[in-house]
Amino acid sequence: MNVVHLLTGATDNPIWGRLTLQASQHDFITMGAVITMVAGLLAIVAGLTIFKKWGWLWHEWLTSLDPKRIGVMYIAVAVVMLLRGLADVGMMRAQQAVAAGHPGIVDAEHFQQIFTAHGTIMIFFVAMGLMFGIINLVLPLQLGARDVAFPFLNSVSFWLYFAGMVLVNASLVIGEIGATGWLAYPPLSELAYSPGVGVDYWIWSIQIAGIGSLLSGINFMTTIIKLRRAGMTLMKMPMFAWSVLNSMVLVIFAFPILTATLTLLTLDRTMGMHFFTAGGGGNAMMYVNLIWAWGHPEVYILVLPAFGIFSEVVPTFSGKRLFGYKSMVFALAAITFLSYVVWLHHFFTMGAGADVNAFFGIMTMVIAVPTGVKVFNWLFTMFRGRVRFTTPMLWFMGFVTTFVIGGMSGVLMSVPSVDFQLHNSLFLVAHFHNMIIGGVVFGFFAGLTYWFPKIFGFRLHEGLGRLAFWFWLIGFITAFTPLYILGMMGATRRLDHYDASLGWQWLFIVAGVGAALVVVGVGFQLLQLGWSIWKRKDLRDTTGDPWDGRTLEWSTPSPAPEYGFATLPAVTTRDPFWEAKQGNKQAIAPAPAVTNITVPHNTGLGVVIGAATGTFGFAVIWHIWWLLPVSLLATIVTIVARANDDDTERVIPAKELTV
Amino acid sequence: MNKRLAVCGSVIILGIVGALAGWVLTHLGQLTLLQARGPIALQERNLMGVALGLMLLVIVPVYVLIFTIALRYRAGNTRARGRYRPNWDSDRRLEALWWGVPLTVITILATVTWVSTHQLDPVRPIVSSHEPLTVQVVALRYKWLFIYPDYNLAALNWLEIPAGRPISLQITADAPMNSFWLPQLGGQIYAMPGMSTQLNLQADHAGDYRGTSANLSGAGFADMHFTARAVSDAEFTNWIGQVRAAGGGLDSAAYTALASHAASAKTQTYAVAAGGLYHDIVAQYRQPTVNY
Repeated sequence: MNVVHLLTGATDNPIWGRLTLQASQHDFITMGAVITMVAGLLAIVAGLTIFKKWGWLWHEWLTSLDPKRIGVMYIAVAVVMLLRGLADVGMMRAQQAVAAGHPGIVDAEHFQQIFTAHGTIMIFFVAMGLMFGIINLVLPLQLGARDVAFPFLNSVSFWLYFAGMVLVNASLVIGEIGATGWLAYPPLSELAYSPGVGVDYWIWSIQIAGIGSLLSGINFMTTIIKLRRAGMTLMKMPMFAWSVLNSMVLVIFAFPILTATLTLLTLDRTMGMHFFTAGGGGNAMMYVNLIWAWGHPEVYILVLPAFGIFSEVVPTFSGKRLFGYKSMVFALAAITFLSYVVWLHHFFTMGAGADVNAFFGIMTMVIAVPTGVKVFNWLFTMFRGRVRFTTPMLWFMGFVTTFVIGGMSGVLMSVPSVDFQLHNSLFLVAHFHNMIIGGVVFGFFAGLTYWFPKIFGFRLHEGLGRLAFWFWLIGFITAFTPLYILGMMGATRRLDHYDASLGWQWLFIVAGVGAALVVVGVGFQLLQLGWSIWKRKDLRDTTGDPWDGRTLEWSTPSPAPEYGFATLPAVTTRDPFWEAKQGNKQAIAPAPAVTNITVPHNTGLGVVIGAATGTFGFAVIWHIWWLLPVSLLATIVTIVARANDDDTERVIPAKELTV
Repeated sequence: MNKRLAVCGSVIILGIVGALAGWVLTHLGQLTLLQARGPIALQERNLMGVALGLMLLVIVPVYVLIFTIALRYRAGNTRARGRYRPNWDSDRRLEALWWGVPLTVITILATVTWVSTHQLDPVRPIVSSHEPLTVQVVALRYKWLFIYPDYNLAALNWLEIPAGRPISLQITADAPMNSFWLPQLGGQIYAMPGMSTQLNLQADHAGDYRGTSANLSGAGFADMHFTARAVSDAEFTNWIGQVRAAGGGLDSAAYTALASHAASAKTQTYAVAAGGLYHDIVAQYRQPTVNY
């Protein structure tokens, strides 16, 4: 007996919905990817079983509410997703390198799924994952706090992110991902043109991860407002914390728009409504506006913490105070505000009037001013300093030299009449990769290298890090300079093939070589990680302060203990730890006597909420209707159970603390 | 080893960028966006040059500063030891300089933007002594239909226009959203179902120009390109005659068959009945309900 969907008329099985065995039948290339992924998963499961590590994994990691452990889990997932996103890059570059007057390796539909997966995974599961990971590792320590404001919520955020990640990867094995691009514009993403499960997978993986991001935003913002150490006024806060505060303001205001937009698209797709359809009263332009009202702030959500990282790295390795602290704060606030009034620059070509286009264009170019101020302040932090060119500093140099090029191409496109020519071309693709790789990714790599010893107790191998940097930088430039040129030659983005007579092929091949060099760079990073773990005794950080740091986190031992600080310091200056080392006895107030510390119990309820929510998403995707109330109820019951649990904390006695 | 790595890496980067820049400078003819062949495209190109020049006023100093400062204040440079000022963290005049200079540059660019955005507004008719030619453009899956309402004919993937005469395009889609882009004559504008957007262009010289869809619209999107052929007035009249003679009508049924067949197509011409085919295509999406 089959259930006929009342609105779409589709015939669904009452138990399995539209899930059938055909869902996991794939062509040769996809099957290869599926086998690789499943084999990797099985290898992990086998390893954990053979070495009897399941208990360790569960008790030490999965159920942990320690922000440092949650941060490490975010980063671990993001690194695996980076490899997945890079595999997509390999496919895209290979396809475009051969597809001159030739269908290439994969068909159009498949190619479109690959770039959809690439964009979705790289933004939501790599960049966002690395960002929340680094914030978790660093923010509480920098503020002199023992934890975030809501430790359990933090775990829930991570598991929602994890559930979204599982869904987006499940789409490769069971079903498909949308062939609609990473922002799935309707009407292409509507039922009429994309009836399959692909767009639903896209919706639910980012819907669930997005709710996790919103919760994180609330959590970190509260942490900054409420949990700063005594004496740390806002204007004495480390610049990284300032950048996170601004980024979280953006998260809190932007992510609800994403949630609402995706909900409307879901209603269109599963309930037959007409918010964004072509016809039936729907208006796709509304979707385009809404998705960018989230999407543009999203870019700044990612890049502001990267700016914050550089604002820590540059003073530390220049042995100098951050130049123009007040300017930096003001610039951050200006960028935060302006990022809400520029979304229309993503679609000047939609036919808004000249007044509207000109307003949004001008607002966009105004953002270049505070951004430029930040760059000059970093440069003058180095000026008259003693700059040590360690790997984090190299990433900074790579960032400035590539990011300003991205900024320049961005300002070009902020002039609406110029954008009419560059929009949707490969020039645009090169521009935003300049911002997101040169800005965000380089920033996060700098941060990871910089704070790694604080979390793990040993440094990353310097030489391998440098090699990785140079391969990344050379590869990045080799991959994206040809795209700028191709854009000028009239090549649009997302082409699965093109005429050989256009003369584009050799540039695509050069871009492919660049991408391969980036992959070598990533290989060196993995090697660096492995080698550093192997040689961790030689690389051990015994002082807790491997870089001659300036802020509070460097006053703790490495690795930082679960409770962060044995005694909570009070501060009087901006660079308290550095000033204390310079002999300023007032910089960090004398520690009060050591007392017992309360920390949250581990709990598996975050895992349960993630699993139940992920199941809910899976059920909607496959129209398994009976599973909806079941998984929803499981989520609610878990939340209620947690809310009624009064025994959520344990005490670490004073005598066990490392002072 | 580190110094050698840095020198090596920088030389490789300079080599790659230099080689690509060299190729670009010797092959400017292949950069479609620079090969403007009409007044709109020409102004857009020149505007790009102005914006680029203004940006370089800020970018060049950044490049000079970062390498100078990095070299001079590297920890290993003993000659800079005496200049170390660890507590120097603000200077109002300097900061005023780098708030002020970018602000000035952006103010100039903003003025240019305000004026140019109005001048080059795609809906703005081109001032000319010639009557504009109206062409209605419909993006279909995966082809472009050009309707000439004044001549009751249509062409598929082919836009024949008289050079030197303004062209007024009305653009819609009977398909997912596309973007109509004819780079050598002027910029792009979205083609959306149920909406009619406008673009005014002109070709100054006879020639064939490549047009394309710049927005992902489905599996056959990569094949959505067309040729815009600008010809003399006499040749254009001649072409009209040829199309009429060739026959091949596009009535409502034939149009529906064309629109519902989601595939790319070869160039073709049609005679169309007088009346509002384009209007009907736009209006069908404005009905209260649509059956999929």
